[in-house]
Amino acid sequence: METRVLEIRKGILNKNDEIARRLRERLHACGLLTMNLVSSPGSGKTAFLQRTLTMLRERGKTAAALVGDLATDNDAKRLAEAGAPVKQINTDGRCHLEAQMISDHLADWDLGSFEYLFIENVGNLVCPSSYDLGEDVRVVLLSVTEGEDKPLKYPNIFNSADIAVITKMDLAEACEFDLEAAERNIRAVRPGMRILRTSAKSGAGMEEWLECLAAEKLARCSVV
Amino acid sequence: MHELSIAYSVVEIATQSAVEAGAVRVKEVHVRLGALSGVVRGALEFSYDIACAGTMLEGSRLVVRELPARVYCAVCEREVELASVQYFCCPVCDTPSGDLRQGRELDVEAIEVDLPGEEHGNAGAGDTQGNSEQE
Repeated sequence: METRVLEIRKGILNKNDEIARRLRERLHACGLLTMNLVSSPGSGKTAFLQRTLTMLRERGKTAAALVGDLATDNDAKRLAEAGAPVKQINTDGRCHLEAQMISDHLADWDLGSFEYLFIENVGNLVCPSSYDLGEDVRVVLLSVTEGEDKPLKYPNIFNSADIAVITKMDLAEACEFDLEAAERNIRAVRPGMRILRTSAKSGAGMEEWLECLAAEKLARCSVV
Repeated sequence: MHELSIAYSVVEIATQSAVEAGAVRVKEVHVRLGALSGVVRGALEFSYDIACAGTMLEGSRLVVRELPARVYCAVCEREVELASVQYFCCPVCDTPSGDLRQGRELDVEAIEVDLPGEEHGNAGAGDTQGNSEQE
């Protein structure tokens, strides 16, 4: 018997990354802008997305959504009220979505008929940071009820995101939310990150978010 | 906690390379873990033995090399190591920098395997690429 060292240098998430790469190509070929929404549970992803889908629809834009949860299709039902095609992905206890799940759930959709695809990830600020879902933009949400230091506690996910959205701004005063501290903490782990202040309830900041979507689409997708 | 599925991927990658090289057993697996990889070392080490059970990696040792986060500082014009991942500023001049150069690594660097003795004895001497290149 002989002992030998074999150099490998292979990414542990190579398989997922490769599926995500192919998925991104496929989505781009259809001219879709894909957003991956990540946050802790209860930060308001579904309400934010529901309002987004409604507003896009009112403006004649087409969008679809995939929503990941460990169990139940409650979120998909809520989002469907916005009149957009929605599919629930149940992860059966898994704490994050993977690129293959996205690919599988897109199989019977005519992707060419949508302009925007939203993926609502499983509420979790740890695991989803490692998994590329083929998205163009990763959006991290932080609600005013969570505390200003969340970005410092979960630097990986905030650093891996492209845009930060502060949600439930209508509750900021009641929660004595220190907006300045929250934004400082976000930028401490991701210098220069764009931060939006929103309320899905009052609609505050939602116009700016839609403008941001349109700008991202223009910048990233060849077919507009 | 996604470390168990990460551990299964490590076992899959190591097994594939070991089989391709004609190995009979994997003794050690060397993994690189960046400070921003999103993987917790302790949880990965805990999951590793579970994932190895019943495979050619059973009883093998996981060697983790942790890599700190490094960014490029445009003011100092060089790569610098962050003092903490809670503060993306150059430790020398305090300028913010999001230009990450190291810290997301999550890969299998190398494995140490047992190969059956070969009569022609050409394996080993300086060749660390496995025999896939020769085929």
